[in-house]
Amino acid sequence: MTDIPTSMVPAGERVLSLRGISKNFGAVSALTSIDLDVHAGEVVALVGDNGAGKSTLVKILAGVHQPTSGTVTFCGRPVTLTDPSAALNLGIATVFQDLALCENLDVVANIFLGRELNRFQLDETTMEVRSWKLLNELSARIPSVRIPIASLSGGQRQTVAIARSLLLEPKLILLDEPTAALGVAQTAEVLNLIERVRDRGLGVIMVSHNMEDVRAVADRIVVLRLGRNNGIFTPEASNQELVGAITGAADNAVSRRAGRRQPQQPIDGGRA
Amino acid sequence: MTEENAGVATMLDRTDIRVKHETGVSGAVRAFIHRVRSGDLGSLPVVVGLALIWTVFASLNPVFLSSNNLVNLLFDCSTVGVIALGIVCVLMVGEIDLSVGSISGFASATVGTLWVNQGWPVALAILAALAFGGLIGFIYAVLFNRLGMPSFVSTLSGLLAVLGMQLYILGSTGSINLPYGSALVNFGQMLIMPRSIAHGLAALPGIIMLFMSIRTINRRRLANLSAPSLGSVTVRVVAITIALELIVLYLNQDRGIPWMFGLFVTLVMMMNYALTRTQWGRAMTAVGGNREAARRAGINVRRIYTSAFVLCSMLAAFGGVLAAARLASASQQAGTGDVNLNAIAAAVIGGTSLFGGRGNAYSALLGIIVIQSIANGLTLLDLSSSLRYMITGAVLAIAVIVDSLARRSRVSHGRA
Repeated sequence: MTDIPTSMVPAGERVLSLRGISKNFGAVSALTSIDLDVHAGEVVALVGDNGAGKSTLVKILAGVHQPTSGTVTFCGRPVTLTDPSAALNLGIATVFQDLALCENLDVVANIFLGRELNRFQLDETTMEVRSWKLLNELSARIPSVRIPIASLSGGQRQTVAIARSLLLEPKLILLDEPTAALGVAQTAEVLNLIERVRDRGLGVIMVSHNMEDVRAVADRIVVLRLGRNNGIFTPEASNQELVGAITGAADNAVSRRAGRRQPQQPIDGGRA
Repeated sequence: MTEENAGVATMLDRTDIRVKHETGVSGAVRAFIHRVRSGDLGSLPVVVGLALIWTVFASLNPVFLSSNNLVNLLFDCSTVGVIALGIVCVLMVGEIDLSVGSISGFASATVGTLWVNQGWPVALAILAALAFGGLIGFIYAVLFNRLGMPSFVSTLSGLLAVLGMQLYILGSTGSINLPYGSALVNFGQMLIMPRSIAHGLAALPGIIMLFMSIRTINRRRLANLSAPSLGSVTVRVVAITIALELIVLYLNQDRGIPWMFGLFVTLVMMMNYALTRTQWGRAMTAVGGNREAARRAGINVRRIYTSAFVLCSMLAAFGGVLAAARLASASQQAGTGDVNLNAIAAAVIGGTSLFGGRGNAYSALLGIIVIQSIANGLTLLDLSSSLRYMITGAVLAIAVIVDSLARRSRVSHGRA
């Protein structure tokens, strides 16, 4: 299933291309010969069960982990992502699941961390203005950008993390579970944002457990299972197909449950 | 908020109606009370503690508050204060250096040996001492970054090893007297600012503050951000200037302000600028707060740790040179005893957290004044060093307890 039908490839150059990426943690093979392509102006959803290797793959692309073997090609050039700053400098921005913000710094300092304006005399005013503009673009509900991250809620922190990833004007954005901590309205805002980012011609990789969100924005859905490629789908694919690929069997807990629920509904009256 | 902003278009940082924004002088006071209650104590404990200590000692012995004694206090503060400034650096990244006392002793021994015994120019001897200090800090950094050795252990072994080096280069004589009348010894013992210069320098912080505040206010107004009112800024500037001028006036009744103390305060102000207004300082705070987050933001975490360790050791060495100048000797006792703990205690008492990511350069200044006041006051009362150690130890314990409790309160109030 690794050969992608040409009709599914949107116009646009290939931003990122992984070939045979493997990652071993000791005796455990977290990833085994993963292939993945992302094109400009495309949202690729990365789905899979817990332990499928999604977050490991994201961390490899972010430069946090280094692959055991395999090649990464970014904008046509082979690259090695030795550390996070290498990935950032290439134009790969990441929003991590464990948000990776400094709780003791305020919102502005976190958004500009590592990329402060005017390194010997920090330009706080300009940084604050740009922070507000980024956050307003995301329709963020942040009370003040001069309060430490520690006093923000999970959703607000998520917004700050996303705002930070946009600051660099990256070519590729990796979002690890971007909507997991968000409310209904904020989820919609983040999905809108992903579409806006795509329309600007950036590549987006989005890891999510939420099939609804995935279908809403993804151009392609890449399924990982036990650290291997397990199929590429379009958003039109049926739920059963996707779940089958994710769990690795047509007969799985999700479909069994769905089958069970149908006749039971008159008895317990559905979920409250 | 309503009257002020009615005419103006809503400012960029005032669009969220859920946030209360305190304005004016009374608002600033309310915000301060709220901050303290949620555990963001800042310099409050040290100021209260200092007032308490001074009241007690002044009532026990009126000599304590005499300007003559206070000038001596400033001389003593400068040496250990510079070491404490280095401790602030390592504490900011959440590490510790327990060997600063030994490094300061080694530095004074180096200056003594190279300058007096080997006949080097004094400036070169001082530079050599600073370079040795930096090298020791670099070794700690390598041990920490490459081998994962906790700084607690590496600097504890350094404490002993560097003390051994100090004893080794002093050799059998055990102590080297620095020549009286030399520039270095004069600087450490006698050089006092002329009165007019002291008054001028005391006015400088206020002028700089006013200038910077006006610039910030203008820039924020231009950028459509809320800005503090010129009135409240002026009140603060005037208050600070009056306080500083009164202190100078009082100290000038006796000898006046030592140049060595001026040097210490200059170093504190430079460190404060570096920690708060540069990318390096931001990175230091970030690494101390969340090392992994800082790494993922593209900060070279190892380089930041290295800079902290090297800076700490160099400042410790510089403090040792000043101590040698103060005592006009480089002896086996230099840097031993309570120097180590006093420096660490000063930084912590001043409000730099042992847990990393919180602190400021001024904590070294405030903290060392507390520590030296206790030492000085107890000496004036003719108490033995046994009692002095016990009391200083208790004060350090109290400071750490305040830090821990404030931290817990900050967590529960949603402040980091």
